[in-house]
Amino acid sequence: MIEMKNVSKWYGSFQVLKNCSTRVKKGEVVVVCGPSGSGKSTLIKTVNALEPFQQGEITVEGISVGAPGTDLPKLRSRIGMVFQNFELFPHMKVVDNINLAQIKVLNRSSDEAHAKSMALLKRVGLEAHAQKHPGQLSGGQQQRVAIARGLAMDPIAMLFDEPTSALDPEMINEVLDVMTELAREGMTMMVVTHEMGFASRVAHRVIFMDQGEIVEDANKGDFFGKPRAERAQQFLSKILHH
Amino acid sequence: MFSDFDFEVIVSALPFLWEGMMFSLGLTLLAMLGGIFLGTLLALMRLSPFKILSYPAGAYVNLIRSIPLILVIFWFYFLIPIAVKNISGNPYAAGIGPFYSALIAFTMFEAAYYCEIIRAGIQSVPRGQVHAAYALGLNYRQATTLVILPQAFRNMIPILLTTSIILFQDTSLVYVVGLTDFMGAASKIARRDGRLVELYLFAALIYFIICFTASYFVKRLQARYNVGRN
Repeated sequence: MIEMKNVSKWYGSFQVLKNCSTRVKKGEVVVVCGPSGSGKSTLIKTVNALEPFQQGEITVEGISVGAPGTDLPKLRSRIGMVFQNFELFPHMKVVDNINLAQIKVLNRSSDEAHAKSMALLKRVGLEAHAQKHPGQLSGGQQQRVAIARGLAMDPIAMLFDEPTSALDPEMINEVLDVMTELAREGMTMMVVTHEMGFASRVAHRVIFMDQGEIVEDANKGDFFGKPRAERAQQFLSKILHH
Repeated sequence: MFSDFDFEVIVSALPFLWEGMMFSLGLTLLAMLGGIFLGTLLALMRLSPFKILSYPAGAYVNLIRSIPLILVIFWFYFLIPIAVKNISGNPYAAGIGPFYSALIAFTMFEAAYYCEIIRAGIQSVPRGQVHAAYALGLNYRQATTLVILPQAFRNMIPILLTTSIILFQDTSLVYVVGLTDFMGAASKIARRDGRLVELYLFAALIYFIICFTASYFVKRLQARYNVGRN
């Protein structure tokens, strides 16, 4: 469904992505991990063209992301994205955050959008907070709203960019639970995270990045059993034995 | 000095002064609305990645901000009729009159200042908000009008209002094209009746009360926003 071929990206003379190739099949959950500054967030943001890239090719269901004629808003509306800092729109109520793109992009009627939003809020356990502003919610609650906002577009895939990194520890699980359930239902997901517990329970595949390169791209069992690359071994031993 | 202070002069001049005040407030309000609208467009142009948009907007803003307001008012009063005649080819084409030429001058002038405020306001909206808007499939226009500008304006309201208070004081410059604002009205009465002290003191007092009160409310507004943000 998502296919990357030899993607490279530079900031000036600094190369942030080096010949990255991978593919995500329908229904697959792929976790992207690696030390900070390794290009994981940049990689995931190239999938919906939030970050442009200079070389290589990315296709989503056969549509080329980098091609000049691609209808990017349309492509993006089919891929949900969840950010590290939630990025809910602070000037709108929770329910309006979820309604907005349904009405403006998918042209749903406001009744239809509202019903969908409320159903999704119920699903993430926040229907009582629909009329509040995001600032009145905890981080974990905001992130669940952000997931609901992405799901409201009936996406073909969801991208998660460090969804729990900005959360207090006690709120991490409420977000991971929603994501786990989503994965169980067969959602195609690409998740940048340091939560190795989540990766070992939910992921099908794990991609390990270092210095802009995909160093390891393996099935979950192989990755946690015995990663081939030395850098991945070091990384795993650091984060699993702290 | 105050022994022969004559309040009667002021009282009898009140209706005329009131008319002048309505003119000042009206011109301020219209120039503010027009200036903010035009300033927003200029700010979006300046922030555009396309040089064909950002360069002219930058040049305009820097030009206007380097010229005294009184010159801009003069220009529009004297140059616009000439331009109209040349463009229409009709040597007898009527000008647009001092009011509209002053309104256009103020709008164009203030737009340059509002532009810089609005540009800073837009840049104060976190990059992640822009990403979130685009990730949902919103296009540039939707992301700008629905997500970025509402947040930018919320951050900018105090400074936009402060600039508008200064604009209100600056409207007194319209006397150069023969318009009668509050200051002009006070000045006319003062010279007609030979009561300079009374009228100029009264005018200063009224300007002070209006501007001080407005500043006070802006400060309260600012305090409220700051509390809401933390």
